[in-house]
Amino acid sequence: MTTELDHLARLAVRGGISRRDFLGRAAALGVTAAMAGTLADRAFAQTPVKGGILKAGLQGGESTNNLDPATNLSQVTFNFCKQWGEFLNRLNPDGSLENMIAEEIGSSDDAKTWTIKVRDGIEFHNGKTVKAEDVLATLERHADEKSKSGALGVLKNIKAMKAEGREVIVSLAEPDADFPYLMADYHLVIQPNGGKDDPNAGISAGPYKVKVNEPGVRHGGERFANYWGGDKLGHADQVEIVVINDATARLAALQGGQVHFINRVEPKVVNLVKRVPGVSVEATSGRGFYPFNMFCDTAPFDNADLRMALKLAMDRDELLSKILFGYGSLGNDFPINAAYPLFPEGLEQRKFDPEKAAELYKKSGHSGSILLRTSDVAFPGAVDAAQLYQQSCAKAGIKIEIKREPGDGYWSEVWNKKPFSLSYWGGRATQAQMYATALVSTAEWNDTRFKRPEFDQLLMKARGELDQDKRKVLFHDMATLVRDEGGVIVPFFNQFIDAAATSKIDGWVANPQGEMMDGYALGACWLKA
Amino acid sequence: MSSPILKLIAQRIALGLLLLFAVSVLIFVGTQILPGDVAQSILGQSATAESLANLREALGLNDPAYIRYLKWLGGILTGNLGTALSSGQDIASAIGGRLWNTLFLAFWAAVVSVPLAIGLGLLAVRYRNGFIDKLISGLALASTSLPEFFIGYLLVYFFAVQWQIFPGISTVYDGMPFLERMKAIALPATALTLVVLAHMMRMTRAAILNVMQSAYIETAELKGLSPFEIIRKHAFPNAIAPVVNVVTLNLAYLIVGVVVVEVIFVYPGMGQYLVDHVAKRDVPVVQAVGLIFAAVYITLNMIADIAAILANPRLRHPK
Repeated sequence: MTTELDHLARLAVRGGISRRDFLGRAAALGVTAAMAGTLADRAFAQTPVKGGILKAGLQGGESTNNLDPATNLSQVTFNFCKQWGEFLNRLNPDGSLENMIAEEIGSSDDAKTWTIKVRDGIEFHNGKTVKAEDVLATLERHADEKSKSGALGVLKNIKAMKAEGREVIVSLAEPDADFPYLMADYHLVIQPNGGKDDPNAGISAGPYKVKVNEPGVRHGGERFANYWGGDKLGHADQVEIVVINDATARLAALQGGQVHFINRVEPKVVNLVKRVPGVSVEATSGRGFYPFNMFCDTAPFDNADLRMALKLAMDRDELLSKILFGYGSLGNDFPINAAYPLFPEGLEQRKFDPEKAAELYKKSGHSGSILLRTSDVAFPGAVDAAQLYQQSCAKAGIKIEIKREPGDGYWSEVWNKKPFSLSYWGGRATQAQMYATALVSTAEWNDTRFKRPEFDQLLMKARGELDQDKRKVLFHDMATLVRDEGGVIVPFFNQFIDAAATSKIDGWVANPQGEMMDGYALGACWLKA
Repeated sequence: MSSPILKLIAQRIALGLLLLFAVSVLIFVGTQILPGDVAQSILGQSATAESLANLREALGLNDPAYIRYLKWLGGILTGNLGTALSSGQDIASAIGGRLWNTLFLAFWAAVVSVPLAIGLGLLAVRYRNGFIDKLISGLALASTSLPEFFIGYLLVYFFAVQWQIFPGISTVYDGMPFLERMKAIALPATALTLVVLAHMMRMTRAAILNVMQSAYIETAELKGLSPFEIIRKHAFPNAIAPVVNVVTLNLAYLIVGVVVVEVIFVYPGMGQYLVDHVAKRDVPVVQAVGLIFAAVYITLNMIADIAAILANPRLRHPK
């Protein structure tokens, strides 16, 4: 019993279970409520240890990287940004929003005018105080049509902005109840004067100051003494990210004790890594998924029966176990999973049904083979996934011809250009944002050419609706429409698989928003005393 | 030194320069043929038509090719390699550090591997066809036959993971203490040594053995010199030309062919830098690195040729 209790306490400390779960499960072990309460207090009140150097070995850094958050794309810059950068708000592991630089983000009744109140007394690394003007300038820079910002799409809806005292007032062209979620976008690092003077300066108000910036090699930060959040983040004296793009080298660095964290553990080696003493594998369900995209407006995929036949001919269980080795969850042909707030429950899970698929395929009247394009860069295992799909389609009498495209230029020549191909999506902060990026008629990245006025209207309604229950119904309708009539086949959602040297560090909390605790691992974890 | 030999050397140098110029044209043409363009590659999946157009305009990708070539060549001749399109950094300063890292690793790998290879080659000749010769040749050939990434992983597995003697990742940076830096490059330098050892060793052995068939070696034997003395005084000097050739070829490999080793050991050298920028279609960087690699290759080959010329007694002492 004691070992189980120890295990529970450890889970609790790491945030693996909530206090309520802890008390419940401890009671199930026969621990008296009073004792469990004390234990819980001890476990949950464990205070971070200060000092030391925390190191992460991460995939996804190139010597072409820079510090401009607008061009922030790969994992290393993403993670480093979360150390030195500070945001208006951030998403908690449970999907709720936590205000950071923003003290409050409030809306008018029609969700068209939003007021961001800037917290008092936050200091930039250069000693200046964060003002409403800096926030305004940041939003302006990222919303500029000429900018290369990855947040441009998110901010397109902004019609006008102004700063008044401690407030930034944003007027939207269309109502959007999700506006605060959009502000948590990882590009929107608040910089002095919005980074307009020098976007690459690496100055913001995060827990660490940029100390080393060698793109493609390593990045280092040093604790910022005047960090506004106090003990919220930034326990280690220094943090360091070493760029290790080779999966084997990454693992060796963790095993050899040169780094405390690594990202992107390959699913096929997870079971081996689990056996390494002192290391724990942290697999977290995220919002990323690997779709098979059909263009709804291009023959033969303009036929609804054929689309459904291709969806039913997908053996999802097989793909999940053979491609992701079980480290994922089944998809249901719409791009949303339970990691999103207001997830539409009760939609039946689509299953492999070769008979029904064969029947619909006959009904569609199509003959001959169907060309499916794939490439290693679409996602790890994409070529194998296409081959497995080819076999399961054969069981339904559907002939798939696979074309393996070169990785070079896959995103420019194949994805969103060819009518049937494999791809990946990282997911977005909210359902409305995901739909607006990938499924609304006018979206540039509508990679299934799903153009349905009724769907667009539903989305419009959902964006303007502040009542959460009503929104949930709208999202349910949208999901149903995409699932049954759309052109996207979603076999599975993936998981972020990170690994941490838990014999040396503490403080890990699973976070579905992104890998490495949504990038906060270095700032939120600490070295054990 | 006489004039025919100087003339030969001058000719060789002029040829090298001409070659370098031709390579610069080839590099430029080659980078133009690559599919996709740099704007597309920088933005990747997140490219939209408008952000693409904006970026192309900003990067000056709309000029015709020959104008871009002339601008580029002019820049190089004045020591200006331009700025990297993707990160906006000055290429010359970015390459500077990387090139130095690559040379540092290559230097120490060479310091270990060249004397070792030649020494082992001499030893193999001395005990030719015996157990020692076979052992040396066997081990060297085995280490060369294994792909370098495999050797790398073996070294990492034993020295970094199992015994934890050396770090498995060789990140080096400015201001790193010399001893730490040496410790960091221990494994990649070992891997490189194992990769280039056999080629140089076998060539040394073959070249000297070839000379050993000559009549003057027999004379030396008859006048009573010890086997090592014969090899050192009479055979080796006459085998120097082919040995220098293979050594410089391997030196060039240590500098330009180490991409795989750099990736495995996460060593911030030129190879990794080149690969990153090819992936991003960062043409100015690819061109600059390509040209530097070509220059290294051509220079080292030139040195080999000149050494061969100088080592040839018929050219040194013309009648």
